[in-house]
Amino acid sequence: MPHLGATALCIDAATRALKDAAITKDQVDGLVTCNSFAEPYMYHAEAIAEYLQIFPRYCVTANAGGGTTFSSIQHAATAIATGVCETVLLCMADSLRTGLSREQAKKMQSSTGHPEFETPYGATVPAYYALIARAHMDAYGTTAEQFAAVAVSGRQHAARNPAAQMRELISVEDVLNSRMIADPLHLLDCSLVSDGGAAIVMTSAQRASDFPHDPVYILGAGEGHCHEHISQAKSLTTSAAVESGRRAYRMAGLGPEDIDVAQLYDCFTPVVLIELEDLGFCPKGEAGAFVASGGTAPGGVLPVNTHGGMLSHCHPGNPGAMFSLTEAVAQLRRAAGDRQVEDAQIALVHGQGGIMSSHATLILARESGT
Amino acid sequence: MSGHNGKFLPVPRPETEGWWENCRNHKLMIQRCSDCGEFQFYPRIICAGCMSGQLEWVESAGRGKVSTYTVCRLPVAEAYASDVPYVVALVRLEEGPVMMSNVVDCDPESVKTGMLVEVAFQKWSETVTIPQFKPVAERTTQ
Repeated sequence: MPHLGATALCIDAATRALKDAAITKDQVDGLVTCNSFAEPYMYHAEAIAEYLQIFPRYCVTANAGGGTTFSSIQHAATAIATGVCETVLLCMADSLRTGLSREQAKKMQSSTGHPEFETPYGATVPAYYALIARAHMDAYGTTAEQFAAVAVSGRQHAARNPAAQMRELISVEDVLNSRMIADPLHLLDCSLVSDGGAAIVMTSAQRASDFPHDPVYILGAGEGHCHEHISQAKSLTTSAAVESGRRAYRMAGLGPEDIDVAQLYDCFTPVVLIELEDLGFCPKGEAGAFVASGGTAPGGVLPVNTHGGMLSHCHPGNPGAMFSLTEAVAQLRRAAGDRQVEDAQIALVHGQGGIMSSHATLILARESGT
Repeated sequence: MSGHNGKFLPVPRPETEGWWENCRNHKLMIQRCSDCGEFQFYPRIICAGCMSGQLEWVESAGRGKVSTYTVCRLPVAEAYASDVPYVVALVRLEEGPVMMSNVVDCDPESVKTGMLVEVAFQKWSETVTIPQFKPVAERTTQ
């Protein structure tokens, strides 16, 4: 979206969310953003508040990579529940595709990993995730074909979503024949690089009942944090999604068997397999076979990433998981068009940031559950 | 790996300068907690196990096993382009701690999980010598 920079994308998304909720900016008393690589600010949320000329009493720039979106929702929900504020606008955007200068792109690459003990060795972001992929193959016999099946499934969903960046169907062979980036990950095992933004409005269930559109209810939220740097991970194949999922399920009083549709962070294909296992949808080591058999595809037992995910819909960086959230809202509102999951009542969304470092899970529902 | 100008050189911190100085002298140092006996890497001012501040430096045998690896077919930056394809691996030292590193001095396609490796220091600048690893003669399957 070269006609809008990252700040403008953020404001554009915020404007649409306020319109959907039918509230004015003056009714927003909480603001959550994440920083942008293309147009960074020292204090990003304050800069967005200033741009909008709003004066919130709760103002946070969240920073947990891909886990940011959902962990900040837990924090915002806490702020609302404790009376710190009443109505929170979360808006996040970046323009990684067209907005980065050469220097910024280089800085982004060199900022991944521990600056003294990892970065010098020259791993690309796919290479960091390839370390996990290889470990999963070694531990459970997972295959490159099974990783590829994640990309194939995502693309099948994306083909039904007019907003997806990539909609042409692909096969396992297409993935395996795409350029090797960092063994065992091929180009089509990697998510897209995009410009994009998304926003939501959060408030109490009571207040939301005045809104013209159906709200979606947060039944459970949980986080798990296991490391920042992958060389410090206690396990390469089991993540803190185990803890974030367990905490979210417990709060909701639900389990994996209750989930109708899931949006799982898919920066690289192996991540989806680990999340399916750690969130209790498959026994450890069996997610590859589950995806390869169509379990996550349209019409599958558990449709995953019904917008196409970051592999096929878009991935603008830190805000990437926001689209999982807006998609979950669309599914629960029964507004997902050709990709609507029939009778979707309960959705799970999961984000992770760093290199399997920070995990956040939300369980959302069409009905309040009270 | 030749020509290191432009690579992402580490900038030592006040408490890690000594570690990098040892690398310049081809010594791979790790920390052992005097209270609980645990080894740790990277260097810290506390034991991440028991929070003791009583840490001693010991020289690692410099040997370990590849616990996972990848072959980078695309460089992270131009300065790494002449190294492609290069191996990035996690190496578990005999003493226990895990390090990220490169596996060098071998065909990248020959690197496997469980491979026995030993430290090989490479000078990248006047102040930075990087610990990498190379295969040792014998091999194991896991």
